[in-house]
Parts: sequence; C-alpha cells; structure tokens
Amino acid sequence: MTQSILLQAVVYLAAGVVFVPLAKRLGLGSVLGYLLAGMVIGPAGLGLVGAEGQDIMHVAEFGVVIMLFLVGLELEPTLLWKLRTPILGLGGLQVALSAVALGALAWLLGLPWPAAGATGLILAMSSTAIVLQTLNEKGLMPSTAGQSAFSVLLFQDIAVIPILAVLPLLATYPAAGGADAHASLLDGLPGWLRGLAVLGAVGAVVVLGRFGMRPVFRAIARTDLREVFIAAALLLVGGVALLMETVGLSPALGAFVAGVVLANSEYKHELESDIDPFKGLLLGLFFISVGASIDFGLIAGNPGTVAGVVGAVMVVKALVLWFLGKRFRLGTDQNLLFALSLAQVGEFAFVLLSFSVQNGILDAPTSGLLTAAVAITMALTPVLFLVNERFLLPRIGTRETTKPPADAIDEKNEVIVAGFGRFGNIVGRFLRANDVGTTVLDFDSDRVDILRKIGIKVYYGDASRYDLLRAAGAAEARLLVIALDSPEKSLELVETARKHFPHLQVLVRANDRDDAYDLLDAGLPHVYRETLDTSLRMGVDALRLLGHRAYHAERSARLFRRHDERALTELAAVRHDRRQYFSTARRRIRELEQLLRSDETDRWLRDIEEGWDAESLRKEANG
Amino acid sequence: MSGVLIQFAHPALEKSRVNRVLLAAAQEVPGVTVNDLYEAYPDFDVDVDREQELLLRHDFILLHHPFYWYSAPAMVKQWEDLVLEHGWAYGRDGNALTGKHLMNIITTGGRAEAYQPEGHNRFTIRQFLVPFEQTARLCKMSYLPPFVVHGTHRLDGAGIEAAAERYRALLTQLAAGLVPTDHTPDVLPTELLPRP
Repeated sequence: MTQSILLQAVVYLAAGVVFVPLAKRLGLGSVLGYLLAGMVIGPAGLGLVGAEGQDIMHVAEFGVVIMLFLVGLELEPTLLWKLRTPILGLGGLQVALSAVALGALAWLLGLPWPAAGATGLILAMSSTAIVLQTLNEKGLMPSTAGQSAFSVLLFQDIAVIPILAVLPLLATYPAAGGADAHASLLDGLPGWLRGLAVLGAVGAVVVLGRFGMRPVFRAIARTDLREVFIAAALLLVGGVALLMETVGLSPALGAFVAGVVLANSEYKHELESDIDPFKGLLLGLFFISVGASIDFGLIAGNPGTVAGVVGAVMVVKALVLWFLGKRFRLGTDQNLLFALSLAQVGEFAFVLLSFSVQNGILDAPTSGLLTAAVAITMALTPVLFLVNERFLLPRIGTRETTKPPADAIDEKNEVIVAGFGRFGNIVGRFLRANDVGTTVLDFDSDRVDILRKIGIKVYYGDASRYDLLRAAGAAEARLLVIALDSPEKSLELVETARKHFPHLQVLVRANDRDDAYDLLDAGLPHVYRETLDTSLRMGVDALRLLGHRAYHAERSARLFRRHDERALTELAAVRHDRRQYFSTARRRIRELEQLLRSDETDRWLRDIEEGWDAESLRKEANG
Repeated sequence: MSGVLIQFAHPALEKSRVNRVLLAAAQEVPGVTVNDLYEAYPDFDVDVDREQELLLRHDFILLHHPFYWYSAPAMVKQWEDLVLEHGWAYGRDGNALTGKHLMNIITTGGRAEAYQPEGHNRFTIRQFLVPFEQTARLCKMSYLPPFVVHGTHRLDGAGIEAAAERYRALLTQLAAGLVPTDHTPDVLPTELLPRP
C-alpha cells in the first residue's frame, strides 16, 4: 500500500459523496452510484486506488455481515418459521437448478466436468448486498417478490457452507497453494468433531444472544455513554462473524442468527439505529470496491467472451427464477421483479472463485474471466431494476400494490409511549388495559429490565433520536405520549417529532408550571402537569373531611382545574415580558396572586349550583 | 330561524346498534345540530351557558335517547336540572324557550304491543313520557308526539335502515319548519292520551 490510509479514505469518501447523490438525482439508485464511483477511481479510471481494491472489498464485506444482522433483528423467530417453505423450496430449487444449468453450459463450452460443476455452483449465488439494498431503497421488501427474493438469498447464505465443503472434492488442477483466505482452525480435525464444533458455535451464538447479551447491554447502557454501546454492538457483530469464520461458517449467516436471537430483545431498536450507519458506509465501500475491481484490461482483451458469459449467466438465472416464480404462483409483475432482481452473481462468488483457484478446481484464466463477468452482472443489476421499472412493468396491467403483508415484520402500534417511569407507566398500563397497542421506549436500562421481567414489552433507547423514533414505528403511529423525566429531553423529542413526523399527535407531561409554559410555547395543545390532578384529589378529600358533600367537592375540583388550565394558557402568552423585569421568585408570587384572584370562590359556586338552587323560586313564590 | 337541535344521550353508544345508525343518519340532514351530551360532559359537568345558547339558536329541541327504565338516561335529567333554570326557562320571567317545540326520539327494546294498557308494560309510551310533556308546557314550549323505534333487540340490518330512513324524513320535515302531526303509527288513538 503506497498511499496513506487517510488519503485512501478521503478518495473513497469523496467518490461516494460525489457520485451517489448524482446517481440518485438521475434516478439510478445508490448502488449504481457507488459502482460508478468505484469504476471512476479504480485502476481503469483515474487510477486513484489500485490493487488494494480486493483488500478493501474484504473489509467492506463486513457491511454485508452487518446488513444480515439487521435483517435478522427485524425477523422474529416465528416469522422465520413461517418463511420455511419459500426458503427451502424456492431457495433450494433455485440453487440446484441454476447450478445444474450453468454447470452443463460450462461443460458444453469445454470445461472439465468438476470445474464445470464448481462454476455452476459459484454462479448460482446472487448478491445479497445489492438486492437487499436496492429492494429496501425502493420499498419493495414487503412485496411478494421482495419476500421471495429474501428467502432465496437466505438459502444461498446457508448453502455457501456445504458448497465450501464440497468444492475441494472437485479439484482437478494442482492446488495453487499459498495462504487460504478461509482456512479454518478446524481443518486438521476429523469430520465429526468439525460438525460438533459448528453446532457448538451456532448454539453459543443462540445462548449468548438469548441470555448473555442482556446483562451486558444493561451494564453498558447504565454507563450512559452512547459510544460504548455502539462499540459493544459492533463488537457483538464482529465477534459472531469471527467465530463463524473460525468454524468455517458464513459470517453473514452467523450475524443473521445473532440478529434473529436478539429480535425480541428490548435493545432491538437501539441496536438497529446504532449500527445502521455503519452498514450503509461499509456497503457503500463494498460496492465501490466491486466497481474498482472490474478488470477493464481483461474485458477489453476478450470483449466477446466476457459479454457472452455475462449474457448467458443472467439469461439462464433469470429463466430459472421465472420458472420457479411461476410454480410458486407469483403474479406476472412480481415474478418479473423476482427473476430480474436475482439474475446477477453475488459477492460470495468472489470468495468462492479465489477459494477454487487455491484448491486447484479452476485455473487462473477462467477464474479471472469469471470474476470480471461477476462484477459486470452486479453492476448491471441496478440497470435491470431501472429497465424493469421504466419499460417492462408499465406494459403489464397487473401491477401489485406493495402493501405490507398482514404479518408486518415489526409490531406497529398506534401509540408510542416515551418514558415508562412513575408517570408513563400509568398511561401505558391504562392504554394497554383498553387494548390499545403501545410501543414503549425508555432510557433507563434497569427499569427496562424489570419491566421486561414482568412481561411488558419495553425497548431501550433515547426516544428523542430520530432513527430510534422511526424504528419504533413513528411513521405509522397516531399518538406520541411523552412522559420523560427530563423537561429538556421532552422538548427535544417534541422537536424531533414535529420535524420528522408531523402527523403525530403529541401528549406531553410537564413537571411543573414552568415546564408547562415551555411546552405551551412550543405550541402543544395537550400538556399535563403531573401534580395537578393528584393535588386536587387531595383537596377534594380535605373538603370532604371538613364535612362538605362529596359531589360538591368533586365538581368544585373539576371547575378549579378548568379555571387553572385556562389561566395557565393566558399566563404562558404574556410571561416573557415579565421575565425581563422580575426575578423568578417575584414572578412566582405574582402568578400565585393572579391565580388566587381568578378563583374567587363565590363565582364558581354560582356557576355550578344555580340549577339546583331554589332561592329564586322561593322568592317568586313568596313575592 | 327553524333549526333542529338533537340533544343526544347514550352512555354506551359503542354498544348500541340502532342509535349509532340513527345518529349517523341525523348528521347527514342539513339544518340539524347534533349535541352529543355524554361526549361533551363525561364528568356530568354540563356547561350551562353553552347549552342555553344552543337552545336559543334552535326551534325544535329533540331529546334523543334510549328509553331506559321508562325514561331517559341520567344525563338527560342532569341536563334538565341545570340548563332549564328558573327565571330563564320557566317562572314569571322565564320566557327564553317560549314557542319552541320539544320532542322525544326514543328507542325501546320492547315491542309496540307491550306498551298498551293490556300489554306487558301496562302503560303507553305517551303516558310514560308525561314528565317531558309537562316540562315542555312549563317552559312554554309545545310538546310534539314522540318518534319511537320499537323492538330494537329484534331489528335486523334492514329494519334499522328503515328506521333511520323514517328518522331522516322526520328531520328533513322539521328542518324545513314543518310541524308534524302524528307520525308514529303505534301511538294510541288521541282520546286515550292524557291531555295537558
């Protein structure tokens, strides 16, 4: 590496910052933007980055790992179980049929059959990174095609493991030797012990996720240092990936399992929003490195061959997918999307190709050719999406509206309750008792833990953060109940909600009059002082103990509250002038005076009792 | 000025099949104001000023409620107690409501036959409604014969829709300022009715 890391980082970041907005502007989607950026800065373009593109791709593959972790977080185990038919049926058949068809084609073109078989298996894989990113960006994940594509990709991720195991058996060339990128520590062990280790590793991830992580996250959350929480989240994903690689499993698959295990955890939303930016950055890096790794020299040398391979691979894969889509009863438009979205060859192919060369299954020229072809198929995918969207779908009448299926992946509730302390928990419990779906967010990890133990679904996190609010379903909710302890946080949350989710009706708790003023100033119609109602109930009981009639005391308290709230709104409007002249203490006194003056007792007694007062009747009868 | 004011009182509208449809039908008719009392005053603190203001603005006052215990739900009584003040609605100087019309819109679970001298309930609807009739008279209003939907427990969707249609027709007529004569086929012949 000749350049400094800093310079490289600047080159990559600048390329992304320039090309991605440009591509989005032109309606090409971010993935194509990153790929173009890679091509421009790569050896074939400006030459700003060179051969280290491959190394960077390995680093950036961590983006794929994080993405699958996030996908797993969104998928609760029950939902995964529901998807078992498409995963095994659709995914299994796709890999098998594509591998056989492409392998046969390679064999017909003159490759020896073991090499042809390996080629078929390798090319059967599709790109999780490109497809999921693009489907998410276009909001197509919940569609039938999106779910089917996801199932197939998931099966492929699982299939990588047996493929890695089978490939060495197909060796025909002398092994290339050298460091094996995916050599696992277990290579020397007998098969059964290896199997045991694999099971043990997966079991460890499940147990760790289910029981081990919660206390760890709680302890970290208690430190109130957000960056430590982020570090812990990244450590978790990285650690799982490393563990999986050690036992020879796909790191992405391991991360996916870890995600699924944590899908029910209270830290789900926090994890999601903390890790998401890293996923975006690393995936971008990954796409750039794919773009940079396209060997334009090789392509220029054999343009016909490369084009032929690219065309054949994509056509064969699309046909297989189309056929399967028909068998699994996808509508025409959905099937088109499904077939075209998965027609490329994925990032696993790079891994498998280098693995094949090292194990003497493929020779270097074939591998080089295939690598170039794979990169081109990936680059063509966003283009295919565009063609499908602009030219094919409009010709088909049956376009399915992409409504989310009945089992939405996340729980979508009408009400978000922020803060589940002594105030929020009463509101939350009351709503639940009335069968109103609530998503609860709280920033106190101890409390979250206790509430979870008694079976209340609470998520840990700072609700005033946009990403967390979004993850909690603010886009779909109708009400936001703010019951935070800190007035500053409440105001922050109000601002965030106003800015990003203006449709949300906000109900907010105020600690005292001053808080209430601030919140009223912010233009909130629903402000609740936490002590007002309880104090009045106490006042009512005091009156009753003094011998007043209960109904009179109750009505009197309600009237007092109405007067008080009206006075509060009026005072909120004028208080700023006074603030400049009086000290806080004097202002309070004045307010109190004003309050008392507005509550002259005989006035409201007249209000409520006139109808039951026989005085005027007596006068009329006697007068 | 000939607006129609519906003073609607149902403590559990969410459980009512018939009144929900009737209320929806009423809200469609132009010139009709619906005042949902239980919705406005869940704490029974009737806003007297607001209610008197509403009464002044309308000519036809319709008390629309289920026929609980041969009368109205508690809210209607609370409303009468607080709003119909001495010196305003009645008494020597109480002339605010003079010349207006009062009417009950009621739904009963029992069938029309039950509200006959020989029937299960032994008295007619008109007899049960005598306190309202006299209230109207005391407030110098005219009392119109009640609009009744009988046998709500047995009404099917079509029956409810027919009742709503009947209600809509009545409201349209009132909104046009036309005072109805006798529109309920199930009330007794006039000679049996108690005369004020």
